[in-house]
Amino acid sequence: MRIRSRSAAVLAPAAVAALVLSIAVGTTIGPSDLGTRDALAVMLARLGGPDSGLSALREGIIWDLRLPRAVLAAICGAGLALCGVVLQSLLRNPLADPFVLGVSSGASTGAVLVVLTGVGAGAVGLAGGAFIGAVVAFGLVLLLAHLTGGSTDRMILAGVAATQLFAALTSFIVYTAADAEQTRGVLFWLLGSLSTASWTDVAVCGSVVAVGVAVCLAAAGTLDAFTFGQDAAASLGVPVARVRLVLLLVTALMTAVIVSTSGAIGFVGLVLPHAARAVVGSRHRVLVPTAALLGAVFLVWVEIGSRVVIAPQELPIGVGTALVGVPAFVLLLLRRRQQGVS
Amino acid sequence: MSRGTGIVTDRVSWGVRDQVIVDGVSLAVAPGATVGLLGPNGSGKSSLLRLLAGLRPTTTGCVLLDGADISTLTRRVVARRLAVVDQESVTDADPTVRDVIALGRLPHRAPWSPESARDRTVVQEASVAMRTDHLLERRYASLSGGERQRVQIARALAQEPSELLLDEPTNHLDVRHQLELLELVVAAPTTTVMALHDLNLATSYCDEVVVLSGGRVVEAGPPQEVITEEVVHRVYGVRARVEQDEQGVHVRFLRS
Repeated sequence: MRIRSRSAAVLAPAAVAALVLSIAVGTTIGPSDLGTRDALAVMLARLGGPDSGLSALREGIIWDLRLPRAVLAAICGAGLALCGVVLQSLLRNPLADPFVLGVSSGASTGAVLVVLTGVGAGAVGLAGGAFIGAVVAFGLVLLLAHLTGGSTDRMILAGVAATQLFAALTSFIVYTAADAEQTRGVLFWLLGSLSTASWTDVAVCGSVVAVGVAVCLAAAGTLDAFTFGQDAAASLGVPVARVRLVLLLVTALMTAVIVSTSGAIGFVGLVLPHAARAVVGSRHRVLVPTAALLGAVFLVWVEIGSRVVIAPQELPIGVGTALVGVPAFVLLLLRRRQQGVS
Repeated sequence: MSRGTGIVTDRVSWGVRDQVIVDGVSLAVAPGATVGLLGPNGSGKSSLLRLLAGLRPTTTGCVLLDGADISTLTRRVVARRLAVVDQESVTDADPTVRDVIALGRLPHRAPWSPESARDRTVVQEASVAMRTDHLLERRYASLSGGERQRVQIARALAQEPSELLLDEPTNHLDVRHQLELLELVVAAPTTTVMALHDLNLATSYCDEVVVLSGGRVVEAGPPQEVITEEVVHRVYGVRARVEQDEQGVHVRFLRS
């Protein structure tokens, strides 16, 4: 049974509550022995309430380490799931994810270049390098797709080509320039990590993802129009070329910012859109906010899991999403096969 | 607003690279008429339909909608008065039939606005008109070919068009479903232009037919005048017996 728009009125507050609760749980888990009561006290204190009674150090652990991590996880999860929804609809490909157009691969190359060879390290840092790499890769994909005719198939092929190229460049740089310690650090980042999350990251990612959500909600009907392809969208009144460019730019920007701050966290953008569709159907007016909320809750819990499973060590968050995401994806493929969809 | 001149084309041509696919076609589709586009595979029927819908830019010539060059109108304005149904419409998303028919309301809605009561009424009426109202909660993917085609036409009617363009709507349907579908199509209150393969269906349901060959119009007019043994032989390269009785014109193909 699917949940239609009527029950969405009930579902929406419940999902928001689940998200807030998940983030709250995220702030109570960690190596320092700080529980629910401490977390609550600190948040009250920071929001203008009475003093928490905890030392500045312990208060900092909750307010400056755990909370931004949990919030950033929610933002990244929402943004990645949203990008997946938009790209799967625009490119009419159920396998499309935020990284299908080479953005993450380019970000890796940019980050590795900055970290390992020191090119522009002082000026831009790892995040800046990643962002520039992502933009360069996406620009290359747009150019390639345009030169080869601009169809969605060409777009995906151009994305695959760019992904391979930048992956090779990354390997080349790592192989020639890195020592073991640096390599380990870069690999950890490549797999996705929120361990360096700061309130600055939250502000940057949060504002970009908020803009993305607004644009996608405004374009919900337009995204529906792509259900039967580009010509069908055009015959339903959509100026296809312009809309596609704008939406691709918005998703690329979201992905680039997310990847720059937290690495290439896989599977959220691939699997969560399908999960959201299974729950609320394919109308984007409901699908867009649902996918964003599901993605946020999902990544908050994976982030918690990645700190708990092999505590006191941490698992790269991308490993966690893949471990949960791959079985979910296999189930999805099996279901599609049962339905006779090739 | 008074009823306009409908779709008129003036020496429209279109091609890819140096291959001409539609070659200097001039048409005037009378408002309210049902017009059949005939011609062998590759004669340019589908391409001409895309040009009529403004989905491809013409190489030369122009398509006029009530006197306005279609290339100067926004997609949204065109979509509010002209609807297109493709030969086959497939999707990876898994929409319900209601979702699909509701797509027809998009050109009438502003970006942020939700579905209005009127939108729901029009969707309901369109689905009743195409006898798909019992399918509304079903998955589009679970329907038969004939049902999908009716759903797509219902979606097109939900656009409240004055012109409806159909590309071989009876493709892949059995005889009974072909007849049922065309009965519903000609009952719709629109000007209809449809590409057809079956000459007998064209003679039964079209007020006028346009015969294409190599991208050019070779014959045009009422079916009983246009579809003759000579034309069938010249255009399709097959011999046929064309008979006329009180039911109209019948084409019987002869073995060579």
